Amino acid sequence: MSSTRDIDNLIELMAKLPGLGPRSARRAVLHLIRKRALLLTPLADQISVVAETARECLNCGNVGTADICDICESEKRATGELCVVEDVADLWAMERAGVFKGRYHVLGGTLSALDGVGPDDLRIPRLRDRVASEGITEVILALNATVDGQTTAHYIAEQLDGQVRLTSLAQGVPIGGELDYLDDGTITAALRARKEL
Amino acid sequence: MDWRDHGILLSSRRHGETAAIIEVFTEGHGRHAGVVRGGTSRKIAPILQPGAQLDVLWRARLEEHIGSFQVEPLRSRAAAAFSGRLALAGLNTVVALLSFCLPEREPHPTIYRQTEQLLDLLGQDEVWPLAYLRWELALLDELGFGLDLSVCAVTGARERLIYVSPKSGRAVTAAGAGDWADRMLPLPPCLRGEGPAPDNEIAQAFATTGHFLENHLARGLGHKPLPEARARFIETFTRRI
Repeated sequence: MSSTRDIDNLIELMAKLPGLGPRSARRAVLHLIRKRALLLTPLADQISVVAETARECLNCGNVGTADICDICESEKRATGELCVVEDVADLWAMERAGVFKGRYHVLGGTLSALDGVGPDDLRIPRLRDRVASEGITEVILALNATVDGQTTAHYIAEQLDGQVRLTSLAQGVPIGGELDYLDDGTITAALRARKEL
Repeated sequence: MDWRDHGILLSSRRHGETAAIIEVFTEGHGRHAGVVRGGTSRKIAPILQPGAQLDVLWRARLEEHIGSFQVEPLRSRAAAAFSGRLALAGLNTVVALLSFCLPEREPHPTIYRQTEQLLDLLGQDEVWPLAYLRWELALLDELGFGLDLSVCAVTGARERLIYVSPKSGRAVTAAGAGDWADRMLPLPPCLRGEGPAPDNEIAQAFATTGHFLENHLARGLGHKPLPEARARFIETFTRRI
């Protein structure tokens, strides 16, 4: 049994990853062992590299391998537009779309009365500093269409009121969405935000 | 064992990778928690927004288990709440106060019905603050801290009632208050359901109900601080005056 202890430990750790359970972790580890040269060794090397270098950008909260991320470093992204997102995963989703050419600000969560998350627990003070110091002309609040997300958006809007142009993402029918399957809240929001053709 | 009821969603928290633990305020079973399998999925997560009206089926092997909910959406109130700052702050206050002060699994059908009516008014900013004030009074009453504003606690008079005693929650006239007037809480006419209820009167009334929520109700719950959401709502409301 002791001869497989290291492998068991690896399976146990892998099983803690999102989307993996003990069974799928076992399959993944077995696959890695079988493809030792092709996958296991490079993966182990890369994990140790990332473990050494990964950090949050001191400016925006994005995850990268330098103190200031590539987006904040790039002069091309200094368009005066700042997109505020809840989480790094949201930033990555916006980048995948490839439409937004400005910079980001990751809040690190949303205000939540029930969970006791207040403004100081998020990167809201840093956002105020950036708006004042980086020549920001528009803040786009790209927060989730949830009660907590919208509460946070309104709070930020109050904080920055009068300092800068404030916009938020539209809410309505998703691309490929069928009205029959939409909830009444989405349909109401879509109808309110209707536009001329 | 199982039961089926209508309820208002108070909160939803992620539980593991795919499930959520929700808290629902139901008419027949009060504030009740349970697990929703697949509650973080793209299909169900949008339904589980605070304030949503749900049809819930609760199942558990034993009554004391947390059990699991099967949920069906009846009415989403998110769109109405997202319509403005006041509506959103109001929704947050109502769900936070209910989570804060209602005992678990104890039915309160009166306050349930009033909550349902109040939430259905979300987005109607002209009438909502006054409706919310009435709801706060009803909540205090339901939980044993009701205000008696019909007669002066000192003189027995039924007119010219302008104060509320911070201790007893009873109305007091100027003559009855005497030297203690500066320690009394304001009793604007809207608190007694009289007059046109302008915003500044409603704000005064919130100060009075806030005192009883904080110093009587919260004290009875082990001195827990009132949810911050209420202060944010009052701040949003007073900004419009």
